[in-house]
This record gives sequence, C-alpha cells and structure tokens, in this order.
Amino acid sequence: MDFNDTPQEAAFRAEARAWIAANAPKHLEAELKRASFGSNGIASEDPLKAAKAWQKKKADAGWACLHWPKEYGGGARSAIERVIWGQEEGVYGALSGPFVIGHGMCGPTVMSWASEEHKRRLLPPLASGEEIWCQLFSEPAGGSDLAGLRTRAVKAEDGSGDWIINGQKIWTSGAQHSDWGLLITRTDPNVPKHKGLTMFFLSMKTPGVEVRPIKQANGKSEFNEVYFTDVRIPDSQRLGAVGQGWEVSLTTLMNERLSIGSGMSTGFPELFRLCMEMEIDGRAAVDDRAVRSKLAQFAVRQSGLKYTGMRAITALSKGETPGPENSIGKLVAGATMQELAMFALDLQGQSGVVWDETSPQNGRFQAMLMRSPATRIEGGSDEILRNIIAERVLGLPADVRVDKNVPFKDIPTSGRTKS
Amino acid sequence: MNLDFSDDQKALQDQVRRFLAARCTSAAVRAVAEGPQLFDRALYAGLAEMGVLGVAIPEAYGGLGLTHLELCLVAEELGRAIAPTPVASSIYLAAEFLLQAGTEAQKQAWLPKLAAGTAVGAFAFAEGQGETTPARIKTVARGGKLTGEKAAVLDGDVADVAIVAARTGEGDGPEAISLFLVDLAAEGVTREAVTTIDPTRSYARIAFKNAPAEPLGGAGEGWHIASQVLDRAAILMAFEQVGGADRALEMARDYALDRMAFGRPIGSFQAIKHMLADMYVSATLARSNCYYAAWALSAGAAELPVAAATARVSATQAFLHCAKNNIQVHGGMGFTWAFDCHLFYRRANALALALGSQSVWEDHLIARMRAGNAAEAA
Ligand SMILES: Cc1cc2nc3c(=O)[nH]c(=O)nc-3n(C[C@H](O)[C@H](O)[C@H](O)COP(=O)(O)OP(=O)(O)OC[C@H]3O[C@@H](n4cnc5c(N)ncnc54)[C@H](O)[C@@H]3O)c2cc1C
Repeated sequence: MDFNDTPQEAAFRAEARAWIAANAPKHLEAELKRASFGSNGIASEDPLKAAKAWQKKKADAGWACLHWPKEYGGGARSAIERVIWGQEEGVYGALSGPFVIGHGMCGPTVMSWASEEHKRRLLPPLASGEEIWCQLFSEPAGGSDLAGLRTRAVKAEDGSGDWIINGQKIWTSGAQHSDWGLLITRTDPNVPKHKGLTMFFLSMKTPGVEVRPIKQANGKSEFNEVYFTDVRIPDSQRLGAVGQGWEVSLTTLMNERLSIGSGMSTGFPELFRLCMEMEIDGRAAVDDRAVRSKLAQFAVRQSGLKYTGMRAITALSKGETPGPENSIGKLVAGATMQELAMFALDLQGQSGVVWDETSPQNGRFQAMLMRSPATRIEGGSDEILRNIIAERVLGLPADVRVDKNVPFKDIPTSGRTKS
Repeated sequence: MNLDFSDDQKALQDQVRRFLAARCTSAAVRAVAEGPQLFDRALYAGLAEMGVLGVAIPEAYGGLGLTHLELCLVAEELGRAIAPTPVASSIYLAAEFLLQAGTEAQKQAWLPKLAAGTAVGAFAFAEGQGETTPARIKTVARGGKLTGEKAAVLDGDVADVAIVAARTGEGDGPEAISLFLVDLAAEGVTREAVTTIDPTRSYARIAFKNAPAEPLGGAGEGWHIASQVLDRAAILMAFEQVGGADRALEMARDYALDRMAFGRPIGSFQAIKHMLADMYVSATLARSNCYYAAWALSAGAAELPVAAATARVSATQAFLHCAKNNIQVHGGMGFTWAFDCHLFYRRANALALALGSQSVWEDHLIARMRAGNAAEAA
C-alpha cells in the first residue's frame, strides 16, 4: 500500500512533465480551461485539426497509446505510467476526444483479432490520430440487445469471397469524421441470434456507405445514422471466424467499459469551485450547511471512483485481468454527473435556467445537465450495467431470455401483441 | 503507486477471519445481545492472545509493532463478524490517545494492559444532545478533579480507564478543552448502563463528581488531540463498516439465490438484482475510499484528515445502505429476531453515530477540502 510514486514512476512523471511543458499547444490552454462540458472548447481553430496535431506530436515522440506495443504505434508503457501520463497531460487530455473510441475500443479489438499484416497497417495511424475509427454496433433493432442487430452480410455470388453488406447502423459517434469502422453484421439468420454474427472492419469511404448526422437532445450532432447499400468488402477484412462476431464484440465492449468508466469525471471539482465562488446574500454557497452536506455526498462518490480505478490499475499491474466489476465506473459517474448538474442549477435559483455566457463557468452545468442523460445510456445503460454486476460479479441468475434458443428469423419484433 | 494490501497482510486478515468464523458465531453475538454479559470476554481474550489487539502497538508497550494497515484489516474482520467486543474503544481510541499524547509513564502504565486485553479503555466525549462542540462540553476539571456527565460512552461500563474531554478554560473555543486520564474504579465515578439500539455492544452514562484525573497532553490541547485521534479511529471504524456492509450484501445475495417466489429464485427478479448491484456499488466505493485512507493513516500523510472524513462518510453510507436493503431482500424473515439481519441493521446505525454522526463528518470533509484549497491558493 503506497500512494506515492516509486522512484521509477517519479522519473517517468518528470520525463512526461518536461516533454509536455516543452511541446504542448500552449496557445490553446486558455480555451481548453474555459471549455464547458462535452467539448474541448476550441474556437480559434478547427478543433479536430488541433486534436490531430497534438496526437501526432505525441505519437512521433512515443507518447501516444502508451500501453500499446511499440510496433503498433504505442509506447509499451505500464498501466500505471498511463495513469501518470493522464495526470500530467491535464487540460490537453481534452484534445483526445475524437480518438477515444478508436484507442479505447476499436484498437484493442483489432489487436486481438486482426492478422499481423493488418495490425501493422491499421494500428500506427490509429495511434497517431491520422486515422479515426468509429464503432458500428448499435442499430434501430439492437442497442442493449445488441445481438438483435439486422444489418446483413452475405457472400457475393461472383465467387470472389467478398461480402455484400446491406442495412443500417445508428448512434454511431464520430462517423462523420471517421476513416475506418468496426462493423458487426448478421451472416446467418437461421441460428439463434448470438451465433449468426460476424465482425468486419471497413473504410468509411467504401462505396455504398452513407453517413447522416442525427441532431441530439442537447442540440449537438455527434452521433449519426450509417446506411449500407450493397457495400462490398473483401473477406480479408473479417475479424474472427464467420459466426464468431459476438465473441469478438465482447473484446470491444469489455474495453469500452474500462475506457469509459475509470477516468470519468463527475464534475465534482467544478461544483466545489462553484460553491466556493458563488455568493448568496453575501456569503459563499459553501457556508451553508445543507450545501456542504450535498457536496460531501458528491465528493465521496468522486473519490470512491478515483480510488476504485487505482485499485483496478494496481490489480492490472500485478497481472490480473480487469473483470466485470469495472462496470461500476460509468454507472456511478453518469448518475452522479446528472444529479450534480441539477444541484448546481438549483443553487443558481431561478437563474439556473439561463444557459449563456453569463451562466457560472460558462454554462458548464447546463451543458452537463443536457449531456448526462446520454452517459447513462451509451456503452451499456445503467440497467444493463446493474445486470452485469448482479449476474457476473454477484452470481445471481441471468434474466429470463425468451429468445435464447430461437432462430433469429423467428424472434418477435414488436412489443405489442395483437389482440 | 500500489493501492492494495500485501500478501502477508492478507494472510493475517485471513487468519483473523477464520478465528472469528469459529469463535464469533451468530450464537456468540446473540449471547451478548440477549444475556447479562456486557461483551464477549472469551472472544476478547482470544483476540488478545492472537496479538490482534496490539497489532499496531509498539513492541516496547506489549504490542506486535506492526502497522495500522494490519489493524485496518483486523477492523474489517471485526465489522464483518459484528464482534461484541470493545476493540474500537480500547484500541482505536484509548490506545491511540495514549500513543499520540501520553507521557512515557502513562504509556507504560496502560498500553501493555490494553494490548493484552487485561484492561479496557474508553473515550468519554459527548454530552447531551447534538454535535459535540467545545461549547457543549460542560464537564469541568479543577485541581486534578473532574465534575460533569458524559452521555452514551461506548464501553463506558466495561472500561477500566477513560480518556475524558473536559473544560479547563473559559469560552466556546477549542482552547478551553483538555484531556484527562481517569481510572474508572476511582471514587467519584458512577456509571449507569444505558439501553441502546445495539444491544450487542454496551454503552454507559458516566457521572464524575470530584473524580481524580491526570492530564493527558497539554492544557488546552484537548480538542486538537481529540480531532486527530478521532480521524484515526474513523478510518479504523470505516473498515469495520465496510466489513459489515460486505457481510450484509453477502447475506442478501445468498438469500436471494435460495428463496423462491413465483416459481423462480427471488434473485432472478431485476428489482432484487439491481438492489443488490447498488449495494455492491456503495460497498465498493467505500472500500476504495478506505484503502486510500489506510495508506494515509499508515504513512502519516498530509491528506489524512480529508481521507479520514471521506472514508468515514462513504463507509457509513455503505453499511447503512447494505444493512437496510438486506432486511428488504429477506422479506418478513428479515424482520424476525431469529434472523441476523437486524443485528447488522442495529450495528450499522450505531456505528453511524459513534465518533460523531454522518452530518458532522460531511461537514468535516468539506471544511477540510476548503482549507486545503485555501492553502493551495496561498
Ligand atoms: C451519446 C451516445 C453515443 C453512442 N455512440 C455509439 C457508438 O459510437 N456506436 C454504437 O454502436 N452505439 C453507440 N451508442 C448506442 C448505445 O450503445 C445504445 O443506445 C445503448 O446500448 C442502448 O440501446 P438502445 O438505445 O437501443 O436502448 P434500448 O436497448 O431500447 O433500451 C431502452 C431502455 O430499456 C432498458 N433495457 C433494455 N434491455 C434491458 C434489460 N435486459 N433489462 C433491463 N432494462 C433493459 C434500457 O436500460 C433502457 O432504459 C451511443 C448512444 C448514445 C446515447
């Protein structure tokens, strides 16, 4: 038990700090600091270009995807060093937004399932941010019930071995600026749903792929619908065997929970600052005992999450594999962020409704209020995460599955029974 | 960075767990709850014999001379077993007071006995209702004699010696308070057992009338010393709470797997599954906060005050949450005397109040974060 850096860790920290001090895009620091929630806040230049530039610079110096092997563009560093890097990168970490899905989910899947040749082709530009990836999993008919997806892949009739894809994906974050996609499809509707799936990767520029933005509840447009019309891809772009897609997707989802959950912010430091700075009748909000009580409740959740992450890293560095217990990260962070935003608005009284440049911290809490519902849904809803904890950590019985052994084509598609 | 206990520490924990599983059974806890004995003396002697009481007490004073990390794990096990013993009063509090503020003679006089379990110590702090503040301490010390009354002293009737907070100065400030070491067998001390929500532990009202008392620590330093020791004890008690929370969760999980309703185990209903998942979440957050606090305690880190309040608030919440939902999962059985659920519910609520209630610790936490922030800004 030691929370301090070991001498090696301290040396790594010093090295990282020095490199960041010499190389970070300092001209963006002020904007990044002022950024409200859910965007990197850069307006003085193209935010995606700024993100890519920083990522490339890191990659060239060996600081990108720290935990990946060097031959795939990574830094071959330990899990703890990755945490230290994150602490040192500070506000510049917000520039990694466009790469989260690629680095956190698609990359690890490619690393586990692609051929050596593909790994050497695909991973280095993914690490360096030169190529962006998206996750083409969810569909109108398959979100929580991902295995209910309907996008079809069938073998081309010309004997080429190619696959022809038809169907629709939805909620695909970042598809609009992605170069590659990780795509799960149905190759066999005559077997039970989990058994007839196959995973591919494809270039988003492949003919027949069409990306249509969706306007979100918070007014932004980060996720999309992606349509596939007779999209042809070679068999060499398959990951895993035909029919093994479910197993492949578990690699992605496990990494998803790890990468979304552990480092998640709940907005507590910002709320604390608000309560210190905001004056009510000439006194700081934090002078009110009821406010302190609420703050304490948020504080212990935030720190509990942080140290749960540290315990996971400790386990990882002792060679243990991260398990389903990591589902708690996003479960706690999502709900906390939402409650915290509501509390911050409540403190502002009737003015809490205002969301403009006069709002405290540039409207951060209003933005959090409007983004947090998504956190409780994306990458496994709160309910799915509770199921995972109950079943896989506590060993309770699985939900009753009426569709388990039924061929996919025979599963009912509407919840309302005809009378 | 390493946020885990060592293999040796875990082996010690395992040994204590096995010992308690054999000796601190439900029947043993109930014997105290229902019978005349104030605590389980045989169990306490057994813990002393294992060296567990003195695990963090230096060898020079009869302890094992290990660290507070080991003591944290012992505490977790005592909490799991809801052990009916005065370890918290005697070890987390009295021994810590002596170690932090005692003279060499005081340490020599009491620590070996506390470690051996041949004497029991307690901390007499609160008076009347509400949060304990310097202003609310009315017990006065004059010329080496104490006069006043202390409320709900944990193990107050079984203790041989008490550390007592008393007023030596005027005014409502902390500098008016000093600490005293009082031999409870002395003349001028009357003790009256009180009925509480947790009959597995004993509490007493203690009245002092010109009772002889010797100072512990400097005059006017009492409040400061007490805050420091309460922080340390809060971390240890938080480990007890985490142990209790984990056990309550396990009981609920096991019952949910066995109990059938509507032709299915109740643990297959999502309402029950999700309740248990939420219990797991709060127990896990509390455990993680406790690990950090354990490090701060053992390293004497500057973060200790914030870490202690964090662990305490989080662990109180987790144990209350798990204990109350454990009853819910058990249905009618959960509300019987025969099932152990109520013992955990009682202990969870009693521990939530010992050392100052939840709202007090919430306040400490934010006040300390605020002070830390101010220090950082300066
Ligand atoms: C901002 C955002 C970004 C996203 N980005 C991507 C992306 O990049 N790529 C991608 O593939 N997907 C993405 N998603 C999709 C996301 O993974 C799904 O929305 C999510 O899995 C839920 O599926 P659904 O929307 O179909 O809701 P449904 O599955 O229809 O769920 C509706 C409600 O029913 C509940 N429910 C469903 N099944 C159960 C059950 N077994 N037990 C209890 N309750 C249940 C859910 O918890 C939820 O409350 C994104 C979503 C959001 C909001």
